[in-house]
Amino acid sequence: MQERSQGDDAEHRTGSPDSDGSDGPGDDSVNPLIEDLLAGKHRALARVITKIENRQPGYRELVSQLHQHTGDASVVGVTGSPGSGKSTLVDKMAATYRERGETVGVIAIDPSSPFTGGAVLGDRIRMGSNVGDMDVFFRSMSARGSLGGLSTATTDAVKALDAFGKDRIIIETVGAGQNEIDIVKTADTVTVLVPPGSGDDVQMLKAGILEIGDVFVVNKADLDGANRTVQELREMLDYRDGGLPRTVGHHGADAAGDVHGEDDGTETAGWEPTIVETVADRGEGVEELLDVLADHRAYLDRSGEREKQRHARYAEEIRTLVREDVNELLAAEIEHRGGIDSFVKQVRERETDPYAVADDVVGPIEECVSERRE
Amino acid sequence: MSVNQEQRTIRCLVAKVGLDGHDRGAHVISRAFRDAGFEVIYSGLHRAPEEIVQAAVQEDVDVLGISILSGAHDTLIPEIIDGLTEYDAFEDTLVIVGGIIPDADEDELKELGVAEVFGPGASMAEMIEFVRENAPERE
Repeated sequence: MQERSQGDDAEHRTGSPDSDGSDGPGDDSVNPLIEDLLAGKHRALARVITKIENRQPGYRELVSQLHQHTGDASVVGVTGSPGSGKSTLVDKMAATYRERGETVGVIAIDPSSPFTGGAVLGDRIRMGSNVGDMDVFFRSMSARGSLGGLSTATTDAVKALDAFGKDRIIIETVGAGQNEIDIVKTADTVTVLVPPGSGDDVQMLKAGILEIGDVFVVNKADLDGANRTVQELREMLDYRDGGLPRTVGHHGADAAGDVHGEDDGTETAGWEPTIVETVADRGEGVEELLDVLADHRAYLDRSGEREKQRHARYAEEIRTLVREDVNELLAAEIEHRGGIDSFVKQVRERETDPYAVADDVVGPIEECVSERRE
Repeated sequence: MSVNQEQRTIRCLVAKVGLDGHDRGAHVISRAFRDAGFEVIYSGLHRAPEEIVQAAVQEDVDVLGISILSGAHDTLIPEIIDGLTEYDAFEDTLVIVGGIIPDADEDELKELGVAEVFGPGASMAEMIEFVRENAPERE
């Protein structure tokens, strides 16, 4: 839409199939869509995220242009099993941030059908506290069956919200697997929801999502068994850093945000995962949770951890993009040489072997690169 | 799979607006759209027009399907369309309506810019086909 105004009729805003989404190469001018986004137009922000999600031609340039406007927002990842109350909690978090005068962006990721690619994205239903408040920008995304792509798309969408000027960004996703873990790891602070009765302490020992949390929320804390869940979590967290469990009850709310590890010189120095109890649908404990999140942010700054986090994240981002680009280059090369099927046939007929094929395909590219390097 | 591969999916908002608690139809449609490979955002019950607008704008949906059985379509749908226009979102959103709409009102709604009205007896296949054919092309 908007970027059509680049050369041709500016007032004609409806997209048409012939409009040129990919912008001219070597064009240094700011894309009009980005201009609109930076000017605070919601529609432009929404459209940029769509382009990111669709990997539409030209989206890379958009994200490149966004980059210099980012870095001001704090990003919180919220994860937990289905039904643990993520959406409700996120809704209340957003409302509380708004009361404090901060603007909020939310990206809620729901799974998509592996068969049809379709999805029902239902997280929006819970966003009842922010009705009509356009300063809460809520966006649902589906996993679209894209394994590597989703965390890239999420990172890029976060950039769009950040550049738009959102103070707080929340990424909400079901913590169901490696994919989700990769996504929440793109957040500055990872919050894991644990509803009461989520199994015995052996469940808690399982690897995965519980290992990456900075803050744990026992939601639905008014239910029976909530205390037990808190206790089990505490025990698990004591084990987490390879230490022996300390007396249960050592971490209270008072432990929140204190970096007491630092002076006693243990290797566990740093952030002690904090447990917060909430009843999201009544808004109980949400203020406290936000305070703990603020403590964690302060800790990140104080300890220099934020720098490390950023470094690691950008490194990973660069690696992912390079890897994907090279993959694509190679896929095109394989296609050019008659497609993967013909290689498979040769391998099956024992004319060649997989290693030789790989050398064959990559060799010329390697040569090219080393020639250019000199 | 890859970062660069284009993956376009039709996004729909299925919306229940106003004081109308009949959501079976909206659920069935949501599911049918999902099975057709669309991404469906369901609004939930009893939404105000401004909520629908907020959702349609932020989610950047291709299709807005409004389910309404309360008879208040004459008031609520124009409000939604005005809201969409305010955010520059009306032109490239396909607005369809489902529910009990008298013929005379149907014409009025279409004049306002509703693309199609589906009454009782409309088949899923018909609706999915309509959406596929009429979802706005965007660049």
